Amino acid sequence: MTEPVVDYAEVLTRYEPVLGLEVHVELATASKMFCGCATEFGAAPNTQTCPVCLGLPGALPVSNDTALASIVRIGLALNCTIAADSRFARKNYFYPDMPKDFQISQYDEPLCTDGWLDVPVVDPESQTDGVIRVGIERVHMEEDTGKLTHAGSTGRIHDAGYSLVDYNRSGIPLVEIVTRPITATGALAPQVARAYVTQLRDLLRALAVSDVRMEQGSLRCDVNVSLAPIGATAWGTRTETKNVNSLRSVERAVRYEMSRQAARLDAGQSIVQETRHFHEADGTTSAGRSKEQAEDYRYFPEPDLVPIQPDPAWVARLREDLPAAPHLRREQLHAEWGFTAAEMRDVVNAGAVELIAATVAAGTTPAGARKWWLGELARRATQLGVSAADLPITPAAVARIEQLVDAGTLTDTLARQVIEGVLAGEGEPDAVIAARDLQVVGGDGELGVAVDAALAAEPEVVERIRAGKHAAVGVIVGAVMKQTRGRADAARVRALVFERLGVVDEAAG
Amino acid sequence: MSPQAITRAEALTLAAQIAAGELSAREVTEAHLARIAEVDPLVGAFLHVDADGARAQADAVDAQRAAGEPLGPLAGVPLALKDVLVQRGIPTTCGSRILEGWRPPYDATVVTRLRAAGVVILGKANCDEFAMGSSTENSAYHPTRNPWALDRVPGGSSGGSAAAVAAHLAPLAIGTDTGGSIRQPAALTGIVGAKPTYGGVSRYGLVAFASSLDQAGPMARTVADTAALHEVIAGHDPRDATSIPQQWPGLRAAAEAGAAEGLTGMRIGVIAEHDGPGWDAQVRAVTADAIDRLQHLGAEVVTVSVPHVVHALAAYYLIAPSEASSNLARFDGMRYGLRVGGDDDSVAAVMSATRAAGFGPEVKRRIMLGTFALSTGYYEAYYRSAQQVRRLIADDFAAAFTHCDALVGPTSPLPAFPLGERIDDPLAMYLADLATLPASLAGLPAMSVPIGLTPAGAAPALPVGLQIIAAATADATMYRVAGALAADQQQQWGGLLLDRAPSLSGGRP
Repeated sequence: MTEPVVDYAEVLTRYEPVLGLEVHVELATASKMFCGCATEFGAAPNTQTCPVCLGLPGALPVSNDTALASIVRIGLALNCTIAADSRFARKNYFYPDMPKDFQISQYDEPLCTDGWLDVPVVDPESQTDGVIRVGIERVHMEEDTGKLTHAGSTGRIHDAGYSLVDYNRSGIPLVEIVTRPITATGALAPQVARAYVTQLRDLLRALAVSDVRMEQGSLRCDVNVSLAPIGATAWGTRTETKNVNSLRSVERAVRYEMSRQAARLDAGQSIVQETRHFHEADGTTSAGRSKEQAEDYRYFPEPDLVPIQPDPAWVARLREDLPAAPHLRREQLHAEWGFTAAEMRDVVNAGAVELIAATVAAGTTPAGARKWWLGELARRATQLGVSAADLPITPAAVARIEQLVDAGTLTDTLARQVIEGVLAGEGEPDAVIAARDLQVVGGDGELGVAVDAALAAEPEVVERIRAGKHAAVGVIVGAVMKQTRGRADAARVRALVFERLGVVDEAAG
Repeated sequence: MSPQAITRAEALTLAAQIAAGELSAREVTEAHLARIAEVDPLVGAFLHVDADGARAQADAVDAQRAAGEPLGPLAGVPLALKDVLVQRGIPTTCGSRILEGWRPPYDATVVTRLRAAGVVILGKANCDEFAMGSSTENSAYHPTRNPWALDRVPGGSSGGSAAAVAAHLAPLAIGTDTGGSIRQPAALTGIVGAKPTYGGVSRYGLVAFASSLDQAGPMARTVADTAALHEVIAGHDPRDATSIPQQWPGLRAAAEAGAAEGLTGMRIGVIAEHDGPGWDAQVRAVTADAIDRLQHLGAEVVTVSVPHVVHALAAYYLIAPSEASSNLARFDGMRYGLRVGGDDDSVAAVMSATRAAGFGPEVKRRIMLGTFALSTGYYEAYYRSAQQVRRLIADDFAAAFTHCDALVGPTSPLPAFPLGERIDDPLAMYLADLATLPASLAGLPAMSVPIGLTPAGAAPALPVGLQIIAAATADATMYRVAGALAADQQQQWGGLLLDRAPSLSGGRP
C-alpha cells in the first residue's frame, strides 16, 4: 500500500521543509551505564547481564563515571552549556525489552543544552561549498533497552509466533542528541540531513566515545520532517521516522517524507503526527504509532540516583583535552600525513578522515591506511551501498592487516581475502587468517619444495626458460600458486625458479 | 540454658555465651526452630522458615569457633528477615502472589552484612504486600497476629518481623520502614524498632516500594540489641547511589552512655502537633508519663511546633504511590514470578492479566493513585506540590533541631486494633501512620521504644511506644535517649515490658 507521492522538484515549488534530527549514540564504555556488565557487541544472548540490568527486584543503578565524562565531552564538542545540576528521570512505559518497565533517561534537566554544529554542505547545482550551522537543543544520557527478535517469516512483530529478548544491550549507555528545527534548507534538506549525521558521526569518532556503527545500531537516527506552504508563518505537522540506519537512508527518508507529505497536503488532507518506519528496500516509510495512541510517560526524577553536579574544574579539564574542531583537525592531519592536496580531497570526500586517523593511531603509515580505505574497502562499500564507515570492520583490524602485509606475512591478494572474511563476520583478522589458513607460505624450505615439484612436473617449460624464454616462468609460478592455494608471494617464487635454474632474471634488473 | 531461657534471652547475651563456648549456635537455632514450630501456627509471623539453611549457618559459626577463628559481633544469633529483602535461593514474595515461587539469584547488602556478622537467618517474615499497609492484613498469604492479643493486628507492614521478636521466635529481626513500617509495629507489639537515617543502610536487594523513603532497620526486644544489629547492617554501599559514605560505630556506646549517665544536658522537644483531643486518650496518658521520666532523667523538655507535619499524610500518599507505580511496573509476568495468560495472548494481555491476578487491592489502589499523580496535567498539582511540602517538613525539623537534640511523641495514635477493623477503610488505616510519616519524609532517624501499657478494660492491656526522632545522621543521639529510658524502665519494672505479654506456650521461665 504505497502512498501517493509528488515529484521531489515539484514539492519545492510549493512547500518549505523543516527538519529535526534525533541521534542516539551507544557509548563505547567497557561497562554498562548503571552496572558493571560488559558491553561487547555480538556476545551470546543474555550472557552480559546481572540483577541490575535485568531489573530484578531489589537491584539498584549506580552511574558509570566514564559514560558521564563521554557525554560531557560530546556536549562540549557541540558547543553546549553543561548544566551545573542535572538529573536522571524515569520514563515509564510497559515493553518487554525494558526489564524495569521504565527507562532511566533525562527529561526536564538534561546535562547539555544549547549548542551547535557547523555542517559542510555542497550545493549540487552550483558545486559551491557552504556551511550550515545546525542548532543543538539538548544532549542527554539514558540507558539502552534489550533487543527483541520476533520469530516468524518476516521478522516483524505482527507475524511472530513468539519473540526472544536479549538483555545484553539493556543498560548500555546511550546519548541522545537532539537538534533544534533546521529551517530554510529548501531543496538541500535531504543532503543537509545526511551531512549533519555524517559530520556528527565524524566528530563522535574523533572523540573516540563510540563505535558509531550505524549497521550495528551504535548510531541510530530518527528523522523529523514537516512541510509548510512557502510563505506560511506557522510550521506544518511533523512526522518522526524511526531508526533510519544508514547515511543514505537518512537522505532518502527525508526526500520520501517530503514527497509523501506534499501529496497529502495537495489533496487537502492533513498530516498525522505519528512515528513512521523506514523501509530500506524501496525507500518508503509507513505509519507506526500515532500521537493519539502515544503514551503518557509519567516522567519523574529517578529517586535511586543522586543529581549529577559536574565539578567545573573537571569540565574545564575535559574541555582542554578535546580534539580540534573538524576543519582545524583536517588541516592538522593533512600536514601530519603528508598527502597531496588531491589525495586529501579524495579522503575527505570519501568520509574517511577519521577512519584513516584511527587506523594510523592503531599503528600503520598514513599511506598504508589510505590504500585500504580508499581502495579495497571503498570498493566493497560501494558494492554494498553503504559508506566505508558502515562496513563491519574496525580501523584496528585494517591496521592489523596492513601490518601483516608490511611484514610479508600476507600478500595483497591474501589481505583482500582476510578483509572478505572480516566483512563476512568470521572474526578479527588473525582469526580469519587461522580459519582460512591464509598465511603466506613462508621460508624458502616449504616454497622450495613446491618450486622443485613444479619444475620436475614441467621439464619442457624448464627447457624453454633455460633457452631464454623467460616469460615461460609464469607457468611455473602459476603451478606453485595453485599448489599453495595462492598463499605464496609470486615475486619470491619467480626469484626461486631462476635461482634453481641458475638463470639471471632479466626482469629483476 | 534451657531452650525456653534461650528464646527469652537477649541477642547480646546469646552472642556472648556462644563466643565463650557456653552455648552452641546450633543449640540456639534449634531452640528457636522448636519455638517457631510450637507458636508460629498461632502467630503467623513467618512466610518461609529455612530450617536447614539456619542449621547450616549455625554449624558454620560453631565450626568457626572450634577452629579458633574470630567470630562476628552477633555470631550464632537467630534473626527473622522481612520478606521484602532478597536472600539468594530463598523464596522472596514481598507478601504478594505476583512473586510466588521466585527465588532470587543474589543477596541484599543487608543479608551480606548479616552473614559477615555470623547472624543466623531463620526465615522470611510476613508483611503487608510490598510493604503497603499498617496491619500485615494485606499479606496475600495470611495475616500475622499480635502476640499480646491474638485477635489484634501486630501493626505493619513489618508485622511479621515485630511479632516474631515479641513472641520470642527470634531475638532479632530486620524490618523495613517507608512511612512507619518498623516503628508502628514495634510500638504495637511492645518491642524496639529503629528506622535509620535515609541512606544509612543500603537498599540494594530491598525490593523497592518507594525508593526515596525505604529504609531497612533493626528490631529487637532491647535497645542494646537493636543498636548492635543497627551497627551490623549500616554502612556505605557502593551498590546504592543514595547510601551515605560513612560508617556508623558508637550506636551501642550511645545507648550505654544514656543508660549510665542519663539525659542531663539534653534538650528534648515534644511535637505539639502529635498530641491533642484527636489522639487516643490512653496513648496520650502513657506518653505523658514517659515524657515525665525523660525530665526525671535530666533532660530539659520543651514543646516544639513542627507546623507542616499536618500535611505529611497528604504528601506521603502522593509521593510513595507515585514511586510505587513505577517501581512495581516490572512485575509484568515476562521474566519471573506469576504469569497469567495463554501462549496466544499478546504481551499486553499477559501483562494485564498477570497484574490483575497477582496484586492485591491495596497495591492496586496505590499503583492507580501514583499513576494518576504522575500523569501529564496532574504532575505539577500533585507530585511536585507533595515534594514541596516534603521540603517544608524537612525545613521545619531542621529548625527544631537547632535548639533540640531529639523530638518525641507517640509512635502510633492508637494501640493495636482488632483484625478486620480497618481493612475496608483505607483512610482509617492510613491514619495509623500519622506520627511516623514526617520523619520518613524528612529522611530522619527515628525509633520506637516501649513505654507502658494501656489499662486493661474492655480491651486487654496493650503496649504503647514512644517515638524518638533525631537530626539527620544523628542516629546515636536517638539511641542515647532510648538507652536512658530503657535503663530507667529496668529499674522501675524489674524487666522488660514484654515480660508482661502472654507467654503463648503455657508458662514462663
